Amino acid sequence: MTEQEVLDRIARARARRPRVREERITLAHGAGGKATQNLIEAIFLDAFDDPALAALEDSATVEVDGAHLALTTDSYVVSPLFFPGGCIGDLAVNGTINDLAVAGARPRFLAAGFILEEGFPVAGLTRIAGAMSTAARAAGVRLVTGDTKVVPRGHGDGCYITTTGVGRRDPTVRLGITTARPGDAVLVSGPIGEHGVTVMLARGDLEIDADLVSDTAPLHGLTAALLGSGATVRVMRDATRGGVATVLNELADASGVAVVLEEDTVPVRPAVRGAAELLGIDPLYIACEGRLVAVVDGADQERALAALWDHPLGRDAAVIGRVVADPPGLVLLRTGFGGTRVVDTLVGDPLPRIC
Amino acid sequence: MCLGIPGEVVELLPNHPDLARVEVSGVRRAVNIGLLADEPPQPGDWVLIHVGFAMSKLDETEARATLDFLAGVGQAYTDELDALRRSNIE
Amino acid sequence: MRFVDEYRDAAKARALAARIAQLCEPGRQYRFMEVCGGHTHTIYQHGLADYLPENITLVHGPGCPVCVIPMGRVDDAIHIASRPDVIMTSFGDMLRVPGGMGSFLDAKAAGADIRMVYSPLDALAIARAEPDRRVVFLAIGFETTAPSTAVTVQRAAEEGVTNFSVFCNHVTIIPGIKAILDSPDLRLDGFIGPGHVSTVIGCRPYEFIPRQYRKPLVVAGFEPLDLLQSVYLLLRQLADGRCEVENQYARVVPWDGNPAALRAVADVMTLRPYFEWRGLGFISHSALRMRDEYAAYDAERIFPVPGVRVADPKACQCGEVLKGVLKPWECKVFGTACTPETPIGTCMVSSEGACAAYYNFGRFTRERVKEAVR
Repeated sequence: MTEQEVLDRIARARARRPRVREERITLAHGAGGKATQNLIEAIFLDAFDDPALAALEDSATVEVDGAHLALTTDSYVVSPLFFPGGCIGDLAVNGTINDLAVAGARPRFLAAGFILEEGFPVAGLTRIAGAMSTAARAAGVRLVTGDTKVVPRGHGDGCYITTTGVGRRDPTVRLGITTARPGDAVLVSGPIGEHGVTVMLARGDLEIDADLVSDTAPLHGLTAALLGSGATVRVMRDATRGGVATVLNELADASGVAVVLEEDTVPVRPAVRGAAELLGIDPLYIACEGRLVAVVDGADQERALAALWDHPLGRDAAVIGRVVADPPGLVLLRTGFGGTRVVDTLVGDPLPRIC
Repeated sequence: MCLGIPGEVVELLPNHPDLARVEVSGVRRAVNIGLLADEPPQPGDWVLIHVGFAMSKLDETEARATLDFLAGVGQAYTDELDALRRSNIE
Repeated sequence: MRFVDEYRDAAKARALAARIAQLCEPGRQYRFMEVCGGHTHTIYQHGLADYLPENITLVHGPGCPVCVIPMGRVDDAIHIASRPDVIMTSFGDMLRVPGGMGSFLDAKAAGADIRMVYSPLDALAIARAEPDRRVVFLAIGFETTAPSTAVTVQRAAEEGVTNFSVFCNHVTIIPGIKAILDSPDLRLDGFIGPGHVSTVIGCRPYEFIPRQYRKPLVVAGFEPLDLLQSVYLLLRQLADGRCEVENQYARVVPWDGNPAALRAVADVMTLRPYFEWRGLGFISHSALRMRDEYAAYDAERIFPVPGVRVADPKACQCGEVLKGVLKPWECKVFGTACTPETPIGTCMVSSEGACAAYYNFGRFTRERVKEAVR
């Protein structure tokens, strides 16, 4: 076979319906990359067979007797529970707010379920609840209902939290992962990879110190500013596990377009870069918890940037790339060195390497 | 193999003669400098870090020489292009 | 980042690329083997291929210490890791490598206590912190990494830590290169030598290559300009009719290597009479084991292991890819049965394996990619 025939064969294989081959769940299934995607498509979409679900957006957009709502849920299993810049409580509130915000909704109410491990310090729980309360109040969101369960020692990582959020949506705002088109600009609201590296270092096994804090933040003010700027916004996502690269791969795939990134324009703090170089991981795949990725009509990129810069969470916003037609489904990077490479979907967790 | 990153020695650890604190772009880690015992690095020296060990001291003269070569290649190329251009005009 | 960014300058790269193109004899094909997996990674990471003319091919060599570990050894390590009294520690690189019965990640899912570490010293720290468990460090890597393992074992012995041991899979680069040189299928014009291995062994061990095999070798750094300069130096040797070992990475690599590192390795380890390299078969004196004096730190002597030689899956052509005989896309199962998610062989699972690099980075035809990025 020629090289092109092999590449075509691969493209066909990748387009096939996913199957979960593993017999057991592995950590790769939780990383947010291909394994996670396979799991969701092969098991959950199959079981539930619902058009709102199948859209696989961060929030579901539903209508209840004329009210246009966005509904989302997320579970938080971070370790360690407390890290520089916040704790699991902040993630639980901000993360769910963000899933609603990127659907163009105004977050209104949250519900929270706690799974606590026997032996977990009550003082820790008090801290977490306090953090959640502060975060919710700062965002103008009410936590109105919840649930608590306790599991025996050894059956949970101290504390797991699941939050569900509901918000009101403006039905005239049309957003969707399938709507990106050639000529669009790709923006990010600030430096990437801070949360993931902070948590990795906070685990302590790597014995690396850096002045880094998690970027956890509620983005609904920022998304409202962007939507209110007059720019034509096509897609908004918050880049969580799997990082910016994962969001852009989902986008390229869903919209049938290619995304071309310019390495030199992607904002990365020096400490994130240093830690990533030391460990041999790529910041594009590292989780954020307070960064917006937006795709806007190319003609509106300056207007969009201005709106983001005007907001305290968007001061370091940047245009990092553009959407082109071909090759569809692909994310490409023009390196600082002037060469090009493909930024593929993550397989499992980005693992530090020595080689 | 082998991921090796240059880092600056910022602090020797008095209680641990074989360890030094090294900084890479604002990120700090204690690394073992035992492999450089024949000529221990001092604060301000740069070392190559691999799996938590300093493998070699960076030779700034050689680094300069490499950069000069690289700049020179560029310069020589530009000079040649200029010469070519001038010769065409004549 | 100092000592890094300067070697990623695009303007200098363009100038160097022009020089390289000038040095190539028209109509001649050049094949240079970059031995080290780290170089493979750099080439793809930065899109270096765009700077090289069509008649230069960089062939990926066997210098990937993860790629060359046979499946049977992975099974042995998993066997040890599956013991309830053991904490297995490993670099991230090894966690997805498939053995005959799954990878470390699969074993972890089934209940084994497997932890990722950045340094062997971190594994020793775990041993100190958990005196009731036995900590095993899966040691992999060429001569770059062996001294770190050796020093860690020496520390363990000095401190009297008794619950720490090493499952040693260190391999040595020269026999690997020699196996390539002696391979009949191969046509190469020169070698890009492994920069970080050379910080330990120096540049002298490569001298037999120009002397006996008449191929030049340039010891290269890992930034993209280092690689381009090394290609340039190789071409200049060929153009000048020279054939020698050159050190492009002199800012880091001392000609005589690191005597303290070599002493540590000699103290703790010794060469095995032979060792199997995945894809290359058994190579004599190509791998290290713990010396008898350090038997108490040798996991192979402490724990029973199956020690079974597991044949590579029939479909797997990693051997030929590792030797540079096959390009990744020429392997029958590339991209279909063997993908980064479902790797059959190590070339696909290791982040620096030729197949993973090509699949992740180089998969699309250069013209199509260039068009998109224009």
